[in-house]
Amino acid sequence: MARPVRFNIKGDVKLVTEGPEGYAGEGFFATTLDKLVGMGRKNSMWPLPFATSCCGIEFMATMASHYDFARFGSERVGFSPRQCDILMVMGTIAKKMGPVVKEVYLQMAEPRWVMAVGACASSGGIFDTYSVLQGIDQIIPVDVYVPGCPPRPEAIIDGFMKVQELVGKESLRRRNSDRYKELMNSYGIQ
Amino acid sequence: MEITNEYIQQRLTEKFGDQVTGFEEPYGMLTFEAPKELNLKVLQFLYDDEVLKFRFLTDLCAVHYPEQPGRELAVVYHLHNLENNVRVRFKVFAPIAAPDVFSATALFSAANWMERETYDFFGVNFVGHPNLKRILNVDEMDYFPLRKEYPLEDQTRIDKDDEMFGRG
Amino acid sequence: MQEQQHIKLPEGSIGKQTTTLNLGPTHPATHGVMQNILELDGERVVSTEQTIGYIHRAFEKLAERRPLFQITPITDRLNYCSSPINNMGWHITCEKLLGVKTPKRVDYLRVIIMELARIADHLICNSIVGVDSGAFTGFLYVMQYRELIYEIYEEVCGSRLTTNIGRIGGFERNFSNAAFEKIQKFLDEYPAVLKEFENLFTRNRIFMERTIGSGGISAERALNYGFTGPNLRAAGVDYDVRVHSPYSSYEDFEFDVPVGSTGDNYDRFLVRNAEMWQSLRIIEQAFRRVQEFKGAEADVYHADAPAYYLPDKKDVYTKMEALIYHFKIIMGETEIPKGEVYQSVEGANGELGYYLISDGGRTPFRLHFRRPCFIYYQAYPELIKGSMLADAVITMSSLNLIAGELDA
Repeated sequence: MARPVRFNIKGDVKLVTEGPEGYAGEGFFATTLDKLVGMGRKNSMWPLPFATSCCGIEFMATMASHYDFARFGSERVGFSPRQCDILMVMGTIAKKMGPVVKEVYLQMAEPRWVMAVGACASSGGIFDTYSVLQGIDQIIPVDVYVPGCPPRPEAIIDGFMKVQELVGKESLRRRNSDRYKELMNSYGIQ
Repeated sequence: MEITNEYIQQRLTEKFGDQVTGFEEPYGMLTFEAPKELNLKVLQFLYDDEVLKFRFLTDLCAVHYPEQPGRELAVVYHLHNLENNVRVRFKVFAPIAAPDVFSATALFSAANWMERETYDFFGVNFVGHPNLKRILNVDEMDYFPLRKEYPLEDQTRIDKDDEMFGRG
Repeated sequence: MQEQQHIKLPEGSIGKQTTTLNLGPTHPATHGVMQNILELDGERVVSTEQTIGYIHRAFEKLAERRPLFQITPITDRLNYCSSPINNMGWHITCEKLLGVKTPKRVDYLRVIIMELARIADHLICNSIVGVDSGAFTGFLYVMQYRELIYEIYEEVCGSRLTTNIGRIGGFERNFSNAAFEKIQKFLDEYPAVLKEFENLFTRNRIFMERTIGSGGISAERALNYGFTGPNLRAAGVDYDVRVHSPYSSYEDFEFDVPVGSTGDNYDRFLVRNAEMWQSLRIIEQAFRRVQEFKGAEADVYHADAPAYYLPDKKDVYTKMEALIYHFKIIMGETEIPKGEVYQSVEGANGELGYYLISDGGRTPFRLHFRRPCFIYYQAYPELIKGSMLADAVITMSSLNLIAGELDA
């Protein structure tokens, strides 16, 4: 969802927010269900910040007023897996912590997305050691990886916007499809 | 009175004779060693003495010297006299076959987790420790990772190619 | 219901049952990953058992693989809220081992960066104590100024949080004018912010009632547990590594060491606030002294140690000695003396020590970090025994436990 540049532009600026395609008329707007559901879901994703280390501090900076994560709909960060849509794993996951991440992922209700923030969550980062899990995709399926050590708040927001794109375009039947079931089985998740 | 390294050395040799050896001063800090059976006696002496007063345990760690048979594991205590601002380093050596060292937990509560960490990394068995189990690694781990013979990387990982890192 | 009051129950027939609560590795308010299993009698804590190691990244083993200058990035990740202090401490340790003497200007610039890092860390700690007691505003308000500190780091080294700032012998580049302007802006604007933050919390009746009297520890127990830093100073002992064993020219600066009395949560909060004022004082003095260097001296940003500090690139391309030094440093052929050294710096949480044993090779033989958080977290059961669950949470956040430093 690209928004045109607002600053350093002379002349009029029209802020264009793209809504879903549909048929508009006097007092009504008709579109397909999945576009509407997608738009609703993507603009109100509640994250579960699974912050373990340094990337967690950058997430705190993203949530604070300077970079303001709340404008993307994540006003309420929750810590209860049942109430959250997106699991943001930020920081190194050690092998001791792996089962905890898997438990939290299993407790989340569908539809759920996972964002691996930082180099450690994506692939182990600089810690190629015996005690660090080399990327959380060894244990749970990941939707978006945000590289960086730690990624700048703008990068975290960019990753979040990519997740929003995925959410907006997702088909309503995806979670019941065979391909999704195969993916879950490859991780041993029912 | 000024507590100099010579004074500490003199007091220690008076009390323990030739059992305390290896007096050195790398970068200004007096370093000495004693047999592992005497570690608590030396620590207690340094704690109780009214002039020496080494009542703060700054650090407790171990070092693995694979090249010294019979003395492979060294447990290193860093002590600090806060009032006179003097530091001292005290080492005990233990063979790797029987790495038993008396625990200093009764004297310094700070030694509790430091000894657990040393056990976790090197396998030094602290006799008399209230709760000697692994602290930082997973409980199921069956080897002591910081010993020199074990590699850094997890050998079972498949996504990283050791050839590319120059250690194939 | 009336009848039950007249029944005399035999001894021990209805036992009191305690609840076991898992304040688990993932808990809100992002303190980091540590697990406390609490035994609760109603709301009061009877006992607790801790499990750490959920972010054990094997720094000490990793350090045995890397040459000295490559270890700086992993020291960043120890106490990641104030990573410049870890970096500088490591460089000072290496300089002690290698016998490199840094010029005064480098020392003063290092002091500025370290005190900024200390302010950043205390800001996080104090505002999170506020968040845990329900006051979110302080946190949001103060994060704005942490952003300014991040901008200053960016001007010097390019990154915000895990800075890898400096080199053995000094800095990688001279501070630019923009960096000095930002430091000046910080010195101008921050005191008003800190005053406002204090107004929100220090005499706030609710905050005082939450924090006074809970999580206290006596000075003798704190010393026995190996406490250092603001937690020890709140208990009444004025041990500060900057005063006891000054490093990086701290003896040239005038500052006080704030000390508390009971060691409870309120004292720790006040000690950290007071330390931030002292840090500001130190930064002002250091900044003034740096401005006093004129001419050629104002361009000095590293020690004259060609064996350990990479020479300028244009010299590498034109002069033979510079090329040789460059090659030797990168390929690890420089002379590293054999020996063992212990150096400590005053981190934001206490005495951060580095015990480095070198066998003359390219990489250390053994590197051990004396991590303050790891040592004082042992005292947590004693601190919360008998207090309420809510106080246990605030005690944990006022101890400023950073998971990276806990597990290393």
